[in-house]
Parts: sequence; structure tokens; C-alpha cells
Amino acid sequence: MRTRVAPSPNPLRDPRDRRLPRIAGPCSLVIFGVTGDLARKKLMPAVYDLANRGLLPPGFALVGFARRDWVDQDFAQIVHDSVRDHARTEFREDVWQELCKGIRFVAGDFSDEGAFDQLSQVVLDLDRVRGTKGNHAFYLSIPPKFFGDVVQQLKRSGLSVSNDGAWRRVVIEKPFGHDLRSARELNATIDEVFPSGTVFRIDHYLGKETVQNLLALRFANTMFEPIWNSNYVDHVQITMAEDIGIGGRAGYYDGIGAARDVIQNHLLQLLALTAMEEPLSFAANDVRVEKEKVLTALTLPQDLDKHTSRGQYAAGWQGGVQVPGYLEEEGISPESTTETFAAVRLGVDTRRWSGVPFYLRTGKRLGRRVTELAIIFKRAPHLPFSATDTEELGQNSIVIRIQPDEGITMRFGSKVPGTQMEVRDVNMDFAYGDSFTESSPEAYERLILDVLLGDPPLFPRHEEVELGWKILDPVLEHWARQGQPEPYESGTWGPTSSHEMMARDGRAWRRP
Amino acid sequence: MSVRLDDTTASAVENAISAERFRQGSSAVGRVLTLVIIADEATQADAVRSAAEAAREHPCRILTAIPRPGKGPARLDAEITVGGVDGLGELAELRLRGPLSHHAASVVLPLLVPDAPVVVWWPGTAPDDVAADPVGRLAQRRITDASEAARPVRALGLRRSSYAAGDTDLAWTRITPWRALIASALDQPFERITGASVSAQRSNPSGLLLASWLQKCLGVHVEVHNSRGPGITGVTVRTEGGDISITRPDGRIARMVRPGFPDREAALQRRTVEGLIAEELRRLDPDDVYGETLAALPELAAWQAHTDQHAPAPTASPAKAAPSRKTAAAKPARTAGTAKAPRRATTTAAASSRRGGRS
Repeated sequence: MRTRVAPSPNPLRDPRDRRLPRIAGPCSLVIFGVTGDLARKKLMPAVYDLANRGLLPPGFALVGFARRDWVDQDFAQIVHDSVRDHARTEFREDVWQELCKGIRFVAGDFSDEGAFDQLSQVVLDLDRVRGTKGNHAFYLSIPPKFFGDVVQQLKRSGLSVSNDGAWRRVVIEKPFGHDLRSARELNATIDEVFPSGTVFRIDHYLGKETVQNLLALRFANTMFEPIWNSNYVDHVQITMAEDIGIGGRAGYYDGIGAARDVIQNHLLQLLALTAMEEPLSFAANDVRVEKEKVLTALTLPQDLDKHTSRGQYAAGWQGGVQVPGYLEEEGISPESTTETFAAVRLGVDTRRWSGVPFYLRTGKRLGRRVTELAIIFKRAPHLPFSATDTEELGQNSIVIRIQPDEGITMRFGSKVPGTQMEVRDVNMDFAYGDSFTESSPEAYERLILDVLLGDPPLFPRHEEVELGWKILDPVLEHWARQGQPEPYESGTWGPTSSHEMMARDGRAWRRP
Repeated sequence: MSVRLDDTTASAVENAISAERFRQGSSAVGRVLTLVIIADEATQADAVRSAAEAAREHPCRILTAIPRPGKGPARLDAEITVGGVDGLGELAELRLRGPLSHHAASVVLPLLVPDAPVVVWWPGTAPDDVAADPVGRLAQRRITDASEAARPVRALGLRRSSYAAGDTDLAWTRITPWRALIASALDQPFERITGASVSAQRSNPSGLLLASWLQKCLGVHVEVHNSRGPGITGVTVRTEGGDISITRPDGRIARMVRPGFPDREAALQRRTVEGLIAEELRRLDPDDVYGETLAALPELAAWQAHTDQHAPAPTASPAKAAPSRKTAAAKPARTAGTAKAPRRATTTAAASSRRGGRS
């Protein structure tokens, strides 16, 4: 009688039944580095939000691991506070009580064998008490220099393997190395313990609704794709600007810089999604194949001096507040050559994009906080108006705003009312928040759920990471020989060289 | 900001909404749908509050039509609110007096957001055949609530006999979390299923729908047991390897018991109407699974028992004894509701003619 039936298709699942959400199977999430900012502000609230939306399995367990002298209750209190302060959905006592029953804490160092043996015990215990069935995800919310220690310890203590069809997964956050060589080493370290299908690299930008909407915009509509090529597109600008400085992240940021921190991952991913061909399907593999093709086709300009720019913020006034320069920030050496602004021009060597430059820029302490992607179109080949009529007409553009104020703006010329023919640029705006929920899930909710479900489309594969370094390494080496980055006043849109770099091509940065 | 318009017309209402929008410096392009609420004075306030709450997630134009039949002349009184305190869409309360109360569609039609989908919601009593209703015909999606009817099981019978693609009922929406939890239980390996049962409050339409859904999907006989509630209190799927059971005696916490697992609990709260409406607005395509679940109701022993017990003589309402309906037994006293709500007279007339045409 007790014959176990092979996992049969679930008779209650019907692809037409769109109401039924995907709920993760029995499992636990083990977070290393629970005292960090990311864990407190994003991960733990996201776990609660998932629980509140009924997307976590009954018996779900959350295990914290950190070098703190805590017991389970202390950690539960930390989670409680972080949920109260940062969760997106309302706080419900019932949901919290259930979540709380599965909260555990293990105190220890990342190289402490005893602590990992204890963790192993806790995890076994959870299988028994909470029915997690040997399914455990390890979230390494820690500096990459500890990845090696942790995965080795996971291996030593037997935590990295499971049997009976249960799974173990590991989740890592950027930076994935600081150049191609170190990225490969890092990858080797993790690969040695976790097979590639079980490694989830988080680029939280890919979990954002607007980024996913980019694919819908391009491939679900007919009106954009026909002009999405070098026949119509003049150039593309991708900007990620922050108005804040490095804050308390001196230890992390110094020596890394803007290009490694942002361009290598977020901006190249955005570029790949903008430039890629239509994937065969939205299955993880099909999308990756297309992204990798674009990343492989990327080219650098011959003269890196002329077509890249780097800067470092100097003291100034930012939005009405006087702020210090990078070199005066606490914990930063006054000789630091780390850039806080980086811009590069890239080409995509394909038929679709031949001759269309992609300009990428990112920086701290810029004019305002904004992430956007602008497709700037060529001018009409012939204007049946006199030159004075169209003096105020710029280039048509489509701007996809990733954050804040997610949405899409189209800019085109329109006649100014009056007896004269005068054409001027106007904006047409679609704001996500107007048409859809303002409470769309946080990127981390989506990504954590995808990890627990084992659904990988939104996670970059190590090949993508390496391709990113391949393109960026020559730029970083070139910059390393240049000494100090060019200073720019805080609260402005970056150093003069970045504007000169555009002017050389007869173009200018959009003011986002 | 509210504006009152007494003895007005639909175009004046439209103009007032645009003017108010313009004054506030925003445009209506972001409205993704029009939600029409057909309610009486008693239910409208709660319904509008729930809809406005749901509109946070789905910004929409909300038109509340409140028929006020009576002897007086036909007259439309409107009150509009644009971008309330928290910038929530547009609300128009339309009081349809005198003979106009039978012609809600004539007022609603010019006020629909261009191209955008239309959803109609009857928070209280709904017409017998919502798809044939003049306002219902304007909509992609028609939301009823059998639980709010005076006789819920009878109301469910009406939904079943008149089902058209695009219909949906909040009694069905209410069981989504239950269905999700049971479905996730069967995502794990299980042995052959031999039977199932649902325990729910007596005459709970959600309980019957859940049982019908399980019976349809699992292909086994599903029993329905009466419990003291609230709502649905438990579901058991019997397998050769033991019972998988989920119980929720208090309407808050569900306990899942199955062989090979420790007993586990999960929050499974009864949801508010806001939450239900928000879920409804998330998808506007026909809910085929709901249609099939309704259609499968007569195969449920509990349904047969219930209808046998309550079915009045088919001659009870001669005006509506649509003789050619195969399913007559399954929709007891389909027309009793019309006698109670005379203002729906035109509605049901249209409904019955369409039914005749379909059968």
C-alpha cells in the first residue's frame, strides 16, 4: 500500500487558472549576514511580505547566521523590527506569529566549524519540526571575500548536499568579482560546492517590474519593434544616477568604484535587454541566450580617453545641503583614485545596431536620483517646414523610467497653437503608478520567491557576469593608469569630460 | 473634491469630471478600466468604499448607479469626486430616479473610459442573468456575490443556469487562498486519491464551489459536511497513504496535517471585500475554471440534496417557466427574486428572451 507514486502532475493545477499563485514547496531560507543593511531593509521584510501574501509554504523557516550573541528570540525581535519598519504590506499578527515559529538563529563566525555544525543541526531539526523536507536556500548577504569560507564550511558540514530529491541552493549578491580573473575565481569557488543550476546571482534590477516591462513593451507590441534598430535609432543613453554619496559604505565602495558597482552588472543587463533580439520564449535559457549574444557583440571605442569619462565628487551643495567631497568622506584615503562617476560609449556589433552608440553613465551625488533608459531617434530625413519653424524641435525619444516614478515618456514634436507654423517638443507620459498598483511587489519579493521555486529566468548566469568583465576590464585598466579621476561638484551632472565625450560625437546627455 | 449635479445628464457629468481633472492638472489616460457598481442606497456606501480601496491597485473610474424607482419624473442626480484625498481615480455616484431607474445603461454608456475594459459589480441582489442585463452587456467582466443574496444557494443556481464567459462571483473569489493551499499540498508527491470532503457553514456557496472544483479536478466523490463556520472550516483529501487535511476552525489560522510531515500552520484569513475586488480586477479575461466549476455543481451529491429539498414546484412562477431548459431542476425558483425586486422587470424580460434564444 505504501508505494510512493512518482511526482504526478498536480490535478489541481490548470494553466488557465490564473488565480492560483505559485506557492513555494516546503523549505527554509538561511541568511548569512542578517545584521547588514540589505538583510534588514530588504530581505527580511520581503520574506514577511511573501508570507503575508500566502506565497510561503506552511512550516516555512527563516534562519539567521551572524557573529552576534543572540538566541532565537533576539533574532525574531530583529526580524520583527525590520518587518515593522520596512515591510510593504500591512503588519498582521497572525501571519507574524506563524512566521515567528520558524525563526532560528545560529551565532558564529564564517570560519567557525562549530557554528556550522550547529547550523547543520538546526536545519535537520527544522526538517523534523517544521517539515522543510531537506530543502534549504543559503542567502550570502555578506562581502564576497567571505564567500569562499562560507561555501567551504557548507560543504564540510554536509549542508551543501541533500538527498531524496530535496534541493540546496545558494544565493549571492553583486559584486561578482572585481575583474574577469577574480570573477572566474569566485565562480570556481562556488562551483566546486554548488552545481551551476543551484547558484542564484541576484541582480535586483532584473526583479523590478519596469525592467520586466521592457520585454513586454518590446515584444508584446507592434508599434515599437519596427523602429527599434539602427535605421531609426540615433543612439541610446542608459543612466543610473544617485543623489547620495557613499554614506556608510566606505569600506565596500573604496577601491570598487562606480563602474564595477553599477555598470558591470545593472547597466550592462539593461543594455542587453534593450538591444537583444526576440527570444524564442521567455524560458530562462532562451532569454539568456539572447542576452549573451548581445554581451558578446559589445565593442569598446578605440580611443578610451575620448569616449569614456570618470570622475570623483567634490564638495558642493546638493539639493540645498552642503556636502563633503569623496576624499573628505569618513574612511576614505585622501589619495583615493576610486571613481564615483563613470561613463562609457559602447557599440553593439550586430546588423540591428551597427553604428548606434550606447552611452552608459552612473554616478553618485549627481543632480537627482534616477534610473532611466532613453532611446533617441534620428531626425526626420526631410522637414517640409522652414528652418525657423522647427527651431525648437529636438529628436524624438522614448524614455523608460526605471526608478523613481516608473513609466514611459515619449517625446515628439507638436504644432504650437497659433497662426504660425511652429513645431516644439512635447511629452506624452505613461506612469505605471497611474495605471497599475502602486504596491507592486518589491524586486526582492519576486527574486526570493523565484529562488525558493527554483525558477531562474531573472538571474544572470556566470557567463553573463564574465562577459561583463571582459568588456569592462580594458576600461578599468586604462583608468588605473590615469591617476586621479576628474573632480566634479556635488549636485551636478558629472565631470566636464563626460559632456565633452558626448559633444565629440555631436550629441549631449539628456537631463533626466 | 466633490461636485454635485442635480437633474443632470450623462454628458454634463462627463464634462464635470474632465473639468475637475483639468483643474487638478492631471489627465485620465492612466485609467485602466471602468468599474460600474449597481447598488441600492443600503449597500452602495460600503461597496464604493471597497471599490475605492481596490482602486489603489487598479486606478479606475468608478460609476455607482443607484436606481431609485418611484412615481416621480425621470431624473439623474450625480455627485462626482475626482482625485480624492489620496488621488484615487474618479468616482461618480449616479442616482437614477423614476422611470430612469430602469435605464441605467443609457447613463453609464457615455461615461465609460474609452477602449478600457468595463467591469460591473452587483454587491447586493443581482439580476437573474447578468450577461443579458443591459449594463452587464457593456462589460467584459460581471461580478456578483451569491453570499450576499437572501438565499445564497439559490443565487448560485441562478449564476449556474445563466453563466456566460466573463461572469464571476465573489463566493468563488473567496476560496482562492483555500484552493492555493490545497493545490500547493498536492505539489508534493502524494498517493492515489480516493475521496475528499469539505466542511463549511450550512448553505455556504463558497463551500459548494470548493467541493465542486475538487470533485471536478480530482475525479473522486466529494462530500460536503455542515459545520458551524465561520465560512469554510476544513478540507480533507483522502489518499491511499493517509489523509491530507487542512482545518481552519477560527477563520484565521489553518492547520495542515498530512502523513510524513509534522503538523504545520499557516495564516489563512477570511478576506475583506476590498481584497476580493482587487483580485477580480487583476484579470479581466473569462474565468473558464469558474465556469466549469459552476457547471459541475449538479454532480455534487450535496448540491442535489440541497436542490431537492428546496426546489419548489416548477409551476410556482408561470411567467418564467422557460420550458425548454434542460437544467430546470438545478435552478429552483429562478424567478422568485424578480417578484421581490420590481425595478428589475425590464432586465429580466431581456434575460428571458435571450435565454429562450440560447436554449
